[in-house]
Amino acid sequence: MMSTLTKARPEPAEQAPSGDLSRADRWRLRGPLLPALVFTLVLTQIPFVLTIFYSFRRWNLLAGGEQGFNWGRNYVDVFTDPIFWKSILNTLLITGVSTIACIVFGLLVAMALNHSFPGRGFARTLAITPFFAMPVAVTLFWRSAMFDPTFGFFGFVSRTLGLPSVSWLSDYPLVALIILLTWRFCPFALLIMLAGLQGAPQDQLEAAQVDGAGWLSRFRYIVLPHLRPFIELASLLLAMNLIQTFGEIALLTAGGPAYATTNITFYIYLKAFNAFDFGFASALGVVSLVLTIALVSPALRLLSGIFQAEGRR
Amino acid sequence: MTTKLLKSIGIAVGGWAGSLVLFFPIAYMVLKSFQTEIDAATPSPKLIFTPTLANYAEAISAGVGPYAVNSIVVVVLSTLIVLVLAVPAAYALSIRQIDKAQDALFFFISTKMMPIAAGIIPVYVVASALGLLNTLTVLVIMHIGMNLPLAIWMIRSFMQEIPFEVLEAASVDGASGRRVMFSIILPLVRPGLASTALLCAVFSWNEYFYAVNLTTSKSTLPLFLQKFLSFGELYTAHVAAVATLVSLPVIIAGWLAQKSLVRGLLFGAVK
Repeated sequence: MMSTLTKARPEPAEQAPSGDLSRADRWRLRGPLLPALVFTLVLTQIPFVLTIFYSFRRWNLLAGGEQGFNWGRNYVDVFTDPIFWKSILNTLLITGVSTIACIVFGLLVAMALNHSFPGRGFARTLAITPFFAMPVAVTLFWRSAMFDPTFGFFGFVSRTLGLPSVSWLSDYPLVALIILLTWRFCPFALLIMLAGLQGAPQDQLEAAQVDGAGWLSRFRYIVLPHLRPFIELASLLLAMNLIQTFGEIALLTAGGPAYATTNITFYIYLKAFNAFDFGFASALGVVSLVLTIALVSPALRLLSGIFQAEGRR
Repeated sequence: MTTKLLKSIGIAVGGWAGSLVLFFPIAYMVLKSFQTEIDAATPSPKLIFTPTLANYAEAISAGVGPYAVNSIVVVVLSTLIVLVLAVPAAYALSIRQIDKAQDALFFFISTKMMPIAAGIIPVYVVASALGLLNTLTVLVIMHIGMNLPLAIWMIRSFMQEIPFEVLEAASVDGASGRRVMFSIILPLVRPGLASTALLCAVFSWNEYFYAVNLTTSKSTLPLFLQKFLSFGELYTAHVAAVATLVSLPVIIAGWLAQKSLVRGLLFGAVK
C-alpha cells in the first residue's frame, strides 16, 4: 500500500530516498508529528490500559469494602447480566437502522438537490442545519414539542389524520430515538452523497440516455457503482458516531423505559456514575472495546481500500 | 417538452420537500421560542400569536452567561491547540511523507472509533487525583483529544491537494522548511484550516459526554440546558428559547463551513 501511495505522489522535494537516512535524520523528519502523536497516545491508550486493570478489581464505591483483585468476577457478572445483552442489541439496532435510514434518505434528498432548481443553494443550507444544532438542545426540544402525545407535533399530525395518538417515548422509545438520530445525522450523509453525485460520469449517463436506458437502470448501473465509495465512507463515519450515542439517550428517554433504549455507552455511564460500580463498568468498557474493534476492523480495511484507490488515481 | 417541464418541477418540489422536512423542527423550535408557555402548550400548533421575548429574558436571568463564557473559553482554547498540534502532524503525514505515515494516520483515525465510554472511568479517576474535576482544563484536554484526529485527517487532505510543482519550485529557490510552511503551505490551505477549525469548534461547543461526567457547576452550555429545566412544569417554550440561543452560533459556523467540510472529510480520496 505504501508503494502505491508514493507512486501516486512524486517524491517530495524535501525527502531524500529513505534508505540513505540516518536514524537521527529520520527522527528529525518525524519531529512535527510527535507532539500530536504523543498527546493522542497518552490520552487514548493509557485510559484503556487502566480500564483493563480496573476491570479485574472489586471496586464499588457504594458497596464499600476493600478494593482488590477479584479473579474476573466482573466479567462473569457482565456476561450473565441480561441488561448487558439488551444494551448490545440496542446498540446494534440504533447504529444499524439509523445509519441505513440516514443513507437512504440522504441519498434521496441529494438526488433532488443535485439538479438545479430555484433556491437550490438555500434549500441545501436549510437541509444540513440539524447536523450543527446543539444535540442536547434539540433533543430536549424534540422530547416535548415533537414526541409529546398531547402537545407534540406528531400527536397533532396523527389527530389531524384521524389516527390514534401514539405516546412515542413510552410505547415506541427505540423508534423515537432512531427518528431523532436519523434526523440529526441525515444531513451529514446528504452532504457526502451530494459530493458523490456531483462527480457522477455525465458522459456515460448521457450516452446511456441516448441508448434508451431508463432512469432506474441508469441509476443502478452507472450512478450506484460510482457512489459506492461515498456510501461506504458515509456509512463508516455515521456508524462511528452513532455507536457512541449518549446525549440523545440521556435526555430523550434516560435509557428507559425498562432499559429499552439503553445502549452500551449509556449502560457504562449508568454503572459507573449512578451505581458507582467502577469494576463492573470497567469490564463493560473492555467488552465494548473488544466488540467495537471486531466491528470496525472490516471498516478499517474498507478505509485502506479507499486509500489504495487514492494511490491508483 | 411537457414531460421535461414536469420532471424539473418534480425535482424542485422533491428537493424543497426533503430540505424542509429536515429543517422543519429547527423552524418550529425558533417559532416556539417566541411564544408564551401557554401558547406553546396547545394541542394544535398555534401559528398566530403575540410574540414575546420573555423566554430569552428568563434564560439570561437564569444564568446562561457564565456557562456561555465557559463554552467560549473551552472552544477557543481547544480549537487553537488542536490546530497548533494538527498542522505540523498533517505536514509530516502529507508533504513530508515520513516512513509509516499511513500507519500513523490509521492510528489517529482508529482512536475515533474507540468507544469514549470505555476510557471514561480512568479519566475520571486521574482527573480526580489531579484535582481537575469540575474545571475547564479537563474539558479542554478531552476536547483536544476528541478533535485532533479529525483535524489531522482534514488538514492532511487539504495539504495533499497542493501541487507538487509549487513545493518543488520553492525548495529549488532555496527556501527553508519554515519559510515554505509559513509563506507557501499555510496560505494555500487557509480556507481548509478555517473549515477544520469551524468544525472542531462545533463539536467542542456541542460536546456533552465529558461535560456531564467530569464537571458539575463549572461547565459548558449543554450542562446549563440540562439543569435549566424544571420537570413537571411547562417548559417547551423555555427549552426552545435556550436551544435557539445556544444553537445559533454553531449553525452559522456550520453554514460557513459546509462546502470545504465535504472536501476535507473525503480525504481528497474519492473524487
